[in-house]
Amino acid sequence: MPDQLALTPRQRDDLRTIAAMIIPASDEYKVPGADDPAIQADMLATLGRDTVLVRQALDHLARLAGQPLSELDVAKRDAVAQEFRSSGGAAAATLVRVVLQCYYRDDRVLRSLGLELRAPFPKGHVLPDGDWSLLDPVKARAGSLRRAP
Amino acid sequence: MKDPVDVLIIGAGASGAAVAWSLAETKMHILCLEQGGWMNPAEYPSTGRDWEAKFYGEWSTSPNVRGRPEDYPINDDNSPIKVVNYNAVGGSTVMYTAHWPRLHPSDFRVKTLDGVAEDWPIDYDMLVPFFEENDRIMGTSGMSGDPLSPLTHPPMPPQPLGLSGPLIGTAMNKLGWHWWPSDTTVATMDYEGRARCINLGHCTPACAQGAKSSTDITYWPQAIRAGVELRTHCRVREITTDENGMATGVVYYDKDGIEQFQPAHVVIIACNGVGTPRLLLNSASSRFPNGLANSSGLVGKNLMFHPYAQIYGFVKEPTDSNRAPPTCLWSKEFYDTDLSRGFVRGYGIQFGRGAGPVFEAVASEQKGILPWGADHHRVFRKLNGHRIAVSAICEDLPEEHNRVTLDPVLKDSSGIPAAKIDYTISENSRKMMDHALARGREILETAGATDICINDPIPWGGWHLLGTARMGTDPERSVVNEWGRSHDVKNLFIVDGSVFVTSGGVNPTSTIQAIALYVADQMKQRLTNLFD
Repeated sequence: MPDQLALTPRQRDDLRTIAAMIIPASDEYKVPGADDPAIQADMLATLGRDTVLVRQALDHLARLAGQPLSELDVAKRDAVAQEFRSSGGAAAATLVRVVLQCYYRDDRVLRSLGLELRAPFPKGHVLPDGDWSLLDPVKARAGSLRRAP
Repeated sequence: MKDPVDVLIIGAGASGAAVAWSLAETKMHILCLEQGGWMNPAEYPSTGRDWEAKFYGEWSTSPNVRGRPEDYPINDDNSPIKVVNYNAVGGSTVMYTAHWPRLHPSDFRVKTLDGVAEDWPIDYDMLVPFFEENDRIMGTSGMSGDPLSPLTHPPMPPQPLGLSGPLIGTAMNKLGWHWWPSDTTVATMDYEGRARCINLGHCTPACAQGAKSSTDITYWPQAIRAGVELRTHCRVREITTDENGMATGVVYYDKDGIEQFQPAHVVIIACNGVGTPRLLLNSASSRFPNGLANSSGLVGKNLMFHPYAQIYGFVKEPTDSNRAPPTCLWSKEFYDTDLSRGFVRGYGIQFGRGAGPVFEAVASEQKGILPWGADHHRVFRKLNGHRIAVSAICEDLPEEHNRVTLDPVLKDSSGIPAAKIDYTISENSRKMMDHALARGREILETAGATDICINDPIPWGGWHLLGTARMGTDPERSVVNEWGRSHDVKNLFIVDGSVFVTSGGVNPTSTIQAIALYVADQMKQRLTNLFD
């Protein structure tokens, strides 16, 4: 079964709503929110081994909200979100992590952060060698190893 | 029935590879059984855009999270520190930070110097030739001349200081505290067929470049060329013995799950401080009802982890983030005993260069410093790429109640009883960790860091699995003798971190491998009377 079918339509709606609460879109930084369709599709397609815990988290969220999260007024929704994060344990943490890990690999987001759109390998990165004279005070202080009889 | 081999090694990780390579020159028939397989660098995380996400799943450091068929579960519910390891050819050298300090000479004389724990039956000087040989084969980088560490001669220059190193070094200089470029097993130049480091950054969960040394690309190719046989996907269930109390071989499950018996004249265990006691306890028999080699009752006891006290913060300047190997500097400022600090022994420090964006987002959200909502973006840009970290490797002293036993319920995929960990952080370690966190805060604040967070201990920080089959001259107080042979079973040897008497305050792999080479050397010198 494809992963995107692992969640019910109601669960997918709530996931989209809570994701937008975690990371809303920003005109200032020119980035989408975590409810962006492409980012949501990435989440659903790559849930994999996290599916069970994310489902548990969404069930917990549904119990707290009592109705679709998006239909709550803003104050109530914020209260539910806070309670969800504080009482949701490993399941809530997993859901939040899934949102973050998909958001922070989106091309638009990485571009906004000034990061390259690529895997580390094979290009790698270049490091400045640094100023090794910083070690001079350490060498000057010297010291010695503790004796071992 | 299979033909007997001269030497059967269980485990192809750090110590198993070293002992296999060393013994190969004897031209004996040497067989190594490894429950994992060969790694494929093309599949390592840093080759894909989802490189960070894999760290939370199939490339987790925890075997319980990872759950690969090659892994075995560990019940560590009753421990604040969770076991991390890797099961493959190369073992946990595939998945480690490549930080490469050695135990200090004083670490072998803890009882004499500080009146705690036990002295080792061997000393630093006895291991020096094996440290040197191991450094050459693993390929180390670093800077010779550290005044507060044992003298080493890394064949390659140190890693660049990068952006993070000068921030840390400047702060340490202001405080007047020792720091030095770490010895690491990251190749900083082309070395013995390995390509130099290109700063993939995400190199703890395996190095796609092959710059980070792991025994699958160092010792094993040489050992196999020298005639050692390595049989992968073979999980050993138990070591068998005869009526004379000698090891006769092992029962294992092959890659198809078929039970096999492999006879052997000598058995060497190299399964780490959890896997080794687990195997010995699973090898109980009517002759050895409390587990094999366990007349002392110490198999599985005295587990030492190195509680890691980590503190990190965020500076205004950009740091190396994920664009460099994670560790590059160490400090031995607080390594030796100073009773005015309120505890005995001490800790090494390894400094962290930074983290990637996903890791930063996940960790900072969990710590409550990265908010939900509109301010998320501003705060994330303040944090991401600005982290520096101080991690104290606190010396854990041996305590018998910290132990590995067999779980009465949990089993691995082959039906073999799993290991259960019972571990608490001692009062001495607690004081040491508090001291380290206070000093770490001074370092970070001197560097100008804010938003300071701690991991106390690092929960998934059980990298170093030590002490559960310790060496000694007294059979009532140790499991193996001063050259790694079981006191009880004269053709059974242990060469991994289990044999550590005390833990020191440094990453142990360099010392583990030096001990494995030392034991192999002792065996070669005693071939004619090995079982006397």
